[in-house]
Amino acid sequence: MRIFNRWYFPARLAWRQLIHDKPKLIAAISGVLFACVLVFMQLGFKDSLYTSAASMPLKLDGDLFLIHQQSEALWRTVQFERSELMRTLGHPAVTEVAPLYLSLAPFKNIDTRVKRTLMVYGYDPDIDLLDVEAIKTMKHALRVKDTVMFDEYSRPEFGPVRDMLNAGKNRTEVNDYKVTILGVFQLGISFAADGNIVTSDLNFMRIFPNRNINEIDVGVIRLHPDTSVSQVQSELREQLNEFVKVYDYDQIREHERRYWENVAPIGFIFNFGTVMGLVVGMVIVYQILFTEITNYRFEFATLKAMGYEHHYFIRMVFASAFILAILGFIPGLLLSNSLYDLAESQIFLPMPMTLEKIATVFAFILFMCATAGFLAIHRLKAANPADMF
Amino acid sequence: MVINVQNLNFSFGSGSLTQPVLKSIDLGIQKGEIVLMTGPSGSGKTTLLTIIGGLRQASNGSVVILGEQLVNSSELTKVKIRRQTGYIFQQHNLLKSLTALQNVCMTLELQLDLTESQRQYRAQHILAAVGLEDRMHYFPEALSGGQRQRVSIARALAGQPKIILADEPTASLDRQSGHDAVEILKRLAKESNTTILLVTHDYRILNIADRVVELEDGVVKAV
Repeated sequence: MRIFNRWYFPARLAWRQLIHDKPKLIAAISGVLFACVLVFMQLGFKDSLYTSAASMPLKLDGDLFLIHQQSEALWRTVQFERSELMRTLGHPAVTEVAPLYLSLAPFKNIDTRVKRTLMVYGYDPDIDLLDVEAIKTMKHALRVKDTVMFDEYSRPEFGPVRDMLNAGKNRTEVNDYKVTILGVFQLGISFAADGNIVTSDLNFMRIFPNRNINEIDVGVIRLHPDTSVSQVQSELREQLNEFVKVYDYDQIREHERRYWENVAPIGFIFNFGTVMGLVVGMVIVYQILFTEITNYRFEFATLKAMGYEHHYFIRMVFASAFILAILGFIPGLLLSNSLYDLAESQIFLPMPMTLEKIATVFAFILFMCATAGFLAIHRLKAANPADMF
Repeated sequence: MVINVQNLNFSFGSGSLTQPVLKSIDLGIQKGEIVLMTGPSGSGKTTLLTIIGGLRQASNGSVVILGEQLVNSSELTKVKIRRQTGYIFQQHNLLKSLTALQNVCMTLELQLDLTESQRQYRAQHILAAVGLEDRMHYFPEALSGGQRQRVSIARALAGQPKIILADEPTASLDRQSGHDAVEILKRLAKESNTTILLVTHDYRILNIADRVVELEDGVVKAV
């Protein structure tokens, strides 16, 4: 009980002083709220970037993946020989291999005729390379010449494709090549591409006449169910040319993520924004605590004259910082949550509010307020009863 | 002897700017005595009071309060003396974000082994004793000057201190409320046999004292 009271009494006094001056309390909470929302948005965009960047490899149905070692990311690949992929069939554990062709291309909006770039996936429809049900059910139709399927989750600038298809408008151009849209599927966009279409490997070559069926972007390998993926991976590494990288499922996602984090400076930009948000919030909380101590220094000196010790006031400052952190975090979380929903509905980026993110931001905000409190403590020296009475 | 000051010298500043404030002060006060200290402004009354209350560090002579030597003492000793001393300030010095009751409880919260209900009970009791039973939940800004000073007296007495030190408690009060406040202080102090050292210019309240000492230019003159 005594230990509890050592924190409870200063915290209660801090609370009573904070709520006594409501306008100042609201200003302080707004400062924390601001920092909170800023950090949530920065982290949200960053995570969204990484998840959406990995949305394509996420749906790839394979055990091992070959890419050229100079491929920085799946939207900017360097092609390599298809024969390299075929050689892996010599390994007894490999059951099936399939090449994946990727390219960015302009897609013409059927109504407005405005062209916008999206990602084109080309593969043999019989292989079911993307684990997407809508594509699998259409695989026979996709073998027909000049047919494609369109990703419903593409940005709205490509037009309301589902409605157009229902209205019988299904002809458009991809890379200035006329194609027929068979239907829609759901995949999701990334920072690299605003939309996706899927077509067969043969149609891919028709859309991109300067591409060669022997030059592939990604090689997808499927193994016997009971084999050790890592063992086959290392055996294939020895067999294959050294310019081909062999990744398992997690590694290719990690490769994508790392590109956005490190190679593209986007990871840095968001981290920088996070730090700036925390610094600004810290300065605001520090200012509030500093003025609070200045305004209350007579009262603190009075309490000291009554026998309160210095550490009581240190606890009070930290308690104030903690209260401000909580009071700013709760509305900050609610506001950020609706901003996440807004972002998902307006710019079609996946922005989930995960428990992990909530915990991370809360830890950041606590750290920010604790630092501000730590810096404000020196102001307590102004409350010396001998100088005041 | 509760307060025993011997040969106390105190000065502000250092070097050639040294300004002596207290010169060879000797002052002894017995348990339960009510002593008024008067004297012109700048005679060092408040300085002496803050030294006795453990608020100011003296480095010369001897100041023994409740058996503790305060000259060149540690912070711990000073805190110990402050907790056994009730201090009444010239301004009421109440905490403006706390109600009268909460202000009085601040004294009791230093005694960590009391329960919340014991603190409430004692604070209500002492506020009733100073005639403020119907003002307990008022904030200081809603109280009159006299009421504030009575809350301040209740706060000083709530912790059942051995000594009350009061620095011109009637200075900001009108005649009647000043007199009432001091009368209450005297009555409660006599009930609990508490020692009082009260600094004042106010000659209207000299009649409450057992003894009056006068301080002039840092020297005690018996009256």
